Amino acid sequence: MEPVIAANGLVKKYNGKAAVKGINFSVEQRECFGILGPNGAGKSSIAKMIYCFSPVTQGDLFVLGMNVREKQRSIKERLGVVPQENNLDTDLTVLENLIVYGSFFKIPTRTVQEKSEEMLGFFELLDYRNEKVDKLSGGMKRRLTIARALINSPQILILDEPTTGLDPQARHLVWQRLRRLKEQGVTLLLTTHYMDEAEHLCDRLVVIDEGVILEEGQPKELVLKHIGKEVLEVGRGAEIVDEILKVGGTDIKGFKIVGDMLFVYPEDGQTLIDRLRPISDSFSHQMLRHANLEDVFLKLTGRGLVE
Amino acid sequence: MNVYRPDLSPLIWQVFRRHLLVYSRTWKVSLSFNFFEPLFYLAAFGFGLGAYVQPMEGVSYVKYLAPGLIASSAMFATAYECTYGIYIRMEFQKAYQAIIATPAGVDDVVMGDMLFGAFKSVLYGFVILLVIAAIGLVSSPWALLIPPVLALSGLLFAAVSATWTGLVPNIDSFNYFFSLIMTPLFLLSGVFFPLTDMPVIVQKIAWISPLYHLVNVTRGLVSGMVGIYLLEDVVWLLITAILLIPIPIFLLRRLIIK
Repeated sequence: MEPVIAANGLVKKYNGKAAVKGINFSVEQRECFGILGPNGAGKSSIAKMIYCFSPVTQGDLFVLGMNVREKQRSIKERLGVVPQENNLDTDLTVLENLIVYGSFFKIPTRTVQEKSEEMLGFFELLDYRNEKVDKLSGGMKRRLTIARALINSPQILILDEPTTGLDPQARHLVWQRLRRLKEQGVTLLLTTHYMDEAEHLCDRLVVIDEGVILEEGQPKELVLKHIGKEVLEVGRGAEIVDEILKVGGTDIKGFKIVGDMLFVYPEDGQTLIDRLRPISDSFSHQMLRHANLEDVFLKLTGRGLVE
Repeated sequence: MNVYRPDLSPLIWQVFRRHLLVYSRTWKVSLSFNFFEPLFYLAAFGFGLGAYVQPMEGVSYVKYLAPGLIASSAMFATAYECTYGIYIRMEFQKAYQAIIATPAGVDDVVMGDMLFGAFKSVLYGFVILLVIAAIGLVSSPWALLIPPVLALSGLLFAAVSATWTGLVPNIDSFNYFFSLIMTPLFLLSGVFFPLTDMPVIVQKIAWISPLYHLVNVTRGLVSGMVGIYLLEDVVWLLITAILLIPIPIFLLRRLIIK
């Protein structure tokens, strides 16, 4: 089946400075595709080109088989957009926000009204339908922004950092709803700098940094491929890294130094802990935990995702 | 795609309708504020100062002044809308950015904003027309033609104001727009006194003032002194509006799309 989004040699420059440096990727129908990277990696630039807000500088970008350079109105007709910054209409009520937004699509007024009610129910906002937007909490504003993006029953929903700035509870509510949408057959493309968000939601993702794709694959596979199952964090391990490697021997598959911390990728965590016991007095602490995408990013770039 | 050619669609009407919906909540307050100011001018200058002033162009001063105030209050209403109004929606509310994610394009949004600016010209000018008609200062049914002329001049004022917004997108800059451009226009476009006795240079400058042409038309229509020369003013307004409207669309698009 033809991909719903296809980027080929995609470049975005702002005043000659490249934010996206010739990337290739494709998104299949009904999948949740993630773009994971730190702030300033080029995630929003990619999202904005897909929803025809930012012009493409070079390369090709096709959405639903249409060129973003030519068919902007037709593409936008079938997309839902959740921008990074909430831009709800503060002059209008919650319900009016959906209805007015819906009026820009080729949908009958009656359908817009029904869909608005349905979306407010789906995002648990019905009680606030006649409130001004300013009265809503951060989490509710975000849910309303997503509800608004769904008013035209889009084939693809673009979410630019959907949960940045939300508290954990609000994030989980958003995630639940996004999973339900995926079950209903909506293709999701989301950018995020939260590795747990990417792991929770994405079937497939690209890891990007400074405008280039570093890796691509399923979250679990990427972690297994680069790190393994577990990570042993050794406090102040950086100072005695040679000794640790010597004692650990073949039980250590790889490692990464960050500040005075040492991240060790063991064959088997408990075995390694036992083996390092003779020298463990010189660690400030040690912790064995599951490996995650943050470790992958750290290994690939030497930096964390959230600075 | 030619970047200088506006890419417009019927969705500009949805932009207009959104503004109308919001305005339908606040029209009483905003209309009365904008409505009192010209009335103060009419009272102070027309009736107050007018008592000491000899008739102008054959009519009492208050009768001379009143149609000019239709034009000036229309101009100011549009100018506020297309400076502060556009800027706040664009910069603070990010309403432009939201609408552009729908099938509407940035050009549709700017054009819808200008249409709404023109609507304010019609509304505020028409209200003043009603008031001066009620106090007996309108002498001709030709005055019924004033609203469509206000719609035309409103588009022109909208284009001029939105151009400033596109060039100097900064809330403090709007003070300069009003004190350096709008106020001189207001004072030197024949609202308060005829320009025929002014030095030629002032008359030449007045010719490039949209308000001057609008005042000629409103005064002619209110007094019933109608002639083919009024068409010259209307054509001037029409041509200038057509020439200027693409400029703010280009400027504001450049600000929003990066």
